[in-house]
Amino acid sequence: MESAPKILVIIPAYNEAPSIARVIDEIRASIPEADVVVINDASGDSTALVAKTKGVDVVSHVCNLGIGGAVQTGFRYAWEKEYDMAIQVDADGQHNPEDIPKLLMPIVNQEADVVIGSRYLEDRKYKTSFARRAGILLFSQFISATIHQRITDTTSGFRAINKRVIEFFSKEYPVDFPDAEALLLLGLLDFKIKEIPTTMRKRASGTSSTSILKEIYYPFKVSLSILATLLREKPLLRKEE
Amino acid sequence: MHSRPQIVAVFLSLLTVIVIFEMVRKKRLKEEYSLLWLILGIVVFVLSLWKKLLFTISGLFGVSDPNTTLFFFGIFFMLLFIFHFSVRISDLSERTKSLTQKLALLENDLQKTKEQTG
Repeated sequence: MESAPKILVIIPAYNEAPSIARVIDEIRASIPEADVVVINDASGDSTALVAKTKGVDVVSHVCNLGIGGAVQTGFRYAWEKEYDMAIQVDADGQHNPEDIPKLLMPIVNQEADVVIGSRYLEDRKYKTSFARRAGILLFSQFISATIHQRITDTTSGFRAINKRVIEFFSKEYPVDFPDAEALLLLGLLDFKIKEIPTTMRKRASGTSSTSILKEIYYPFKVSLSILATLLREKPLLRKEE
Repeated sequence: MHSRPQIVAVFLSLLTVIVIFEMVRKKRLKEEYSLLWLILGIVVFVLSLWKKLLFTISGLFGVSDPNTTLFFFGIFFMLLFIFHFSVRISDLSERTKSLTQKLALLENDLQKTKEQTG
């Protein structure tokens, strides 16, 4: 008989003390067999302390790296500790931990290397501004066409990955607004991507990491990195150690 | 015949080369970063002494005023410096990221080892 797969839940957190305890509780209730690690991205509040009192493992950065850097620390952790699959969940309570088993199922059944919780696969009345919706639609259409796999939500940070992808991401992961670029990379390297419909909840606390300046910067950054990723030769995508 | 700006240029470029070299000697400036500065100093030094060359280059560029040529080289080198720094910063931020991650993971491991051994 095969031993049960080792599952890691990665929670990247930056100043999420008010919401993180609830998120951890919900994750535990949803998937008790998984280990949980909080990546504290140099928070100024008591995020790390709250997480520790909840009894989960906490890895703290000495300086703030941003979401991409924090998530990658989680992947490096998963790779070093030989986890079979990892799932990334936001600390602000936007992702519903009840969806975790659903996201892991295709990985367990070996139907996909990456599973994304998509807000747009089914119309679940997720409210965003028109400009943002249009941007996401454009990027997702473009990426879907390029990698010949259908992606509807290129900005989702709710993702489950298998061991091969853990290894890849532990070495190579984009820094800011990493989600679209990461998907493109995976698609180009022929990893299998599957989307699962999920419902995003209102964030329990804190403010969204997008400001007006970032809204302007986002499309440029993502377009440029998509272009650069496409023009790189394939061997270059996998960085030498 | 030496014009006053020419004398100033010779003096300043010579000073640049000497200061940069001294900084390298005292290990306050790394060789790889001093190279561009030294080239800048030497180019200005040569151009300010060797008037004919300056005029020839100006002629090649189709500019009547040799000062324009000097300004051109000045700005060109400045952009080169800035670009060089952008590349270095990209490299450094990648290293900082990787080190921050490794440090966080090692600290986590260390803490666990300490807890286990009491």
